[in-house]
Amino acid sequence: MLKQCEGSHAVASAVAMCRPEVICAYPISPQTHIVEGLGEMVKSGNLAPCEFINVESEFAAMSVAIGASAAGARSYTATASQGLLFMVEAVYNASGLGLPIVMTVANRAIGAPINIWNDHSDSMSQRDCGWIQLFAENNQEALDLHIQAFRLGEELSLPVMVCMDGFILTHAYERVDIPAQEQVDSYLPAFVPRQILDPAEPVSIGAMVGPEAFTEVRYLAHAKQMQALELIPQHAAEFKQIFGRDSGGLVRPYRCEDAETIVVALGSVLGTLKDTIDEMRDAGHKVGVLGIVSFRPFPLLAVREVLKNARRVVVLEKSLAVGIGGIVATDVRMALSGLHLHGYTVIAGLGGRAITKASLHKMLERAVKDELEHLTFLDLDHNLINRHLEREKQKRRSGPMAENMLRDVGVVAARIA
Amino acid sequence: MPFQPVKFYQTGTFTVGNRLLALEQRSVQANMQRTNSLNSGHRACQGCGEALGARYAIDAAMRASNKQLIAANATGCLEVFSTPYPETSWQIPWIHSLFGNTAAVATGIAAALRVKGRREVRVIAQGGDGGTTDIGFGCLSGMFERNDDVLYICYDNEAYMNTGVQRSSATPPAARTATTMPVGPEPGNVFGQGKNVAQIAMAHNIPYVATATVADLHDLEYKVNRAMGMHGARYIHIFVPCPLGWGAASNDTIRLARLARETGLFAVYEAEHGEVTSVSKIRKRVPVEDYLKLQRRFAHLFGKTPALETIARIQAMADKNIRKFGLLEQGGQ
Repeated sequence: MLKQCEGSHAVASAVAMCRPEVICAYPISPQTHIVEGLGEMVKSGNLAPCEFINVESEFAAMSVAIGASAAGARSYTATASQGLLFMVEAVYNASGLGLPIVMTVANRAIGAPINIWNDHSDSMSQRDCGWIQLFAENNQEALDLHIQAFRLGEELSLPVMVCMDGFILTHAYERVDIPAQEQVDSYLPAFVPRQILDPAEPVSIGAMVGPEAFTEVRYLAHAKQMQALELIPQHAAEFKQIFGRDSGGLVRPYRCEDAETIVVALGSVLGTLKDTIDEMRDAGHKVGVLGIVSFRPFPLLAVREVLKNARRVVVLEKSLAVGIGGIVATDVRMALSGLHLHGYTVIAGLGGRAITKASLHKMLERAVKDELEHLTFLDLDHNLINRHLEREKQKRRSGPMAENMLRDVGVVAARIA
Repeated sequence: MPFQPVKFYQTGTFTVGNRLLALEQRSVQANMQRTNSLNSGHRACQGCGEALGARYAIDAAMRASNKQLIAANATGCLEVFSTPYPETSWQIPWIHSLFGNTAAVATGIAAALRVKGRREVRVIAQGGDGGTTDIGFGCLSGMFERNDDVLYICYDNEAYMNTGVQRSSATPPAARTATTMPVGPEPGNVFGQGKNVAQIAMAHNIPYVATATVADLHDLEYKVNRAMGMHGARYIHIFVPCPLGWGAASNDTIRLARLARETGLFAVYEAEHGEVTSVSKIRKRVPVEDYLKLQRRFAHLFGKTPALETIARIQAMADKNIRKFGLLEQGGQ
């Protein structure tokens, strides 16, 4: 059924159709609308049987999900930014215990300085936590990926994060095709875990493991993610059979066949990139875009396959590994080991700064001439930085940078373009 | 006491003959049908108060729930000594997730059971004082406030024993721990404001709160049984001496627990919906020195020049407890 609705509500409908049994909610922007939507469905009785629990922190949200999942209930929660960081200990615990919890991360920057707008710093900080991480390009895909996430997680006994850009997707009204309950039911079987907390068959879960087997446990965590590399495309193919559209998969190349320059990115910026690439193609540049849907597991072979014939790769990412540069770029470089391609890392869209076609054009036109710096911060305000550096040169003191710089920016501190 | 009081002062011991009690009040442990939920072979220290408390509490809960019980366990001694992979002492479905989230994990289990219509299966969360009064406090308060159907049991041995005896918010003033050494002008732990989690639980107005010690195991079993007869958030705080952390003889565990009550330092009572409903009375009040002297963690108070002022302050705490809870038996001394 086609519907014009907010991204968060599209996701809430998808999650509800997956028949979750326990939902934990703690408010943090920009994921709030998702759990608000689900809360209303549970309270009105439209989503039943389901327990909706308002917890006192994100740490508790993930912990309640852990308990519920270990007792055999399909469990869901959503978070973002500081909330994801606050629950980190439980995030690792959920994957370590092999509990197939599904969590939406409405991607948002991490402070300080506090910032509620979109970038990928939150999810990226959890890239090694053992969860599967899928990134949605648009609201339709966000909706679809949640349905696939429950299926994938429960098949592998691994938790899955569905990452969608905060505000840009969560708060955007778009047309989405909301599937019928029967379609979801035929795609997603009931949750039947191998081992649950049940007095009829007592098990101890979460025992202490020493050096004698810890490496093996970690190896198996990796092996499961490698299995996911095979399952994700299969699930996407099955999804297409039932729902009639392409969604999910490992990677999504766009006009890459003969491309000399390929931009690699994740999430909603792919739309702007495709438009930019179309215009550049019209102007005679051989450029393409590679969207990565599955960031964990990272599809090294699939990425290599798409990029291997290009001359240069530009990784455009909404995250920064402070002290080295790109996070996605590092993984892409690993996929390209042994190949001699020009590689560029472009840090863009941090803390919600808009990534415009104009900026992308300017950046890509320099890239195709190999004039781009290897680590580029898109639309960086050099004046602002230089003034700060100048001040520091005069007197070196410790203290926060942001407040000083904001003074320079003036009253319109939240300029985005 | 709402159950049959049995006192054997004449024998000079506190051993209560099971046969002299009404059938339903006989000890779970003395019964061949007990479940041994925390089975033998675990690795607790000799004289461990926590192992003793947990065995009695969980077996009592198993009887009360007709063996329909799931437990969530915080990180700590109880978790470590009971489940060294691939062994486990637990004969019940049991999960350990983290140090500070046990109450929330139990909430999740209870929610799963509710959604699946398994009303008969009951949920217990348990942890030490660190996992309860410090790191798990947020999740505990959340569970209380929502009145989730969970019985939380805190085994309080007054410090972080599993990591090597560091101070927790349950550590008493003047006690030596690895992080409150008996040096400087105020040796041992500081005199803070204290953090009485049983009282804080009562402030949440939850259906049931009780304190107990491993010196009176009948009372402990009774309270577990009583708690299991109710639904909603319930809390039992059990005083469990730790020979290792307190520097006490392992055969003094029960004596210390008894002295903690008889000095008034640890008030034993139960409360419903925020109001105290019964108090274990002290028949003959004991000076705090008798309790403190048995423990090396207080040895610095009894050196060449005894720290009389400090001892007096500890005595004042006990006296305040006695006044506040009306602990002294009528006609008692």
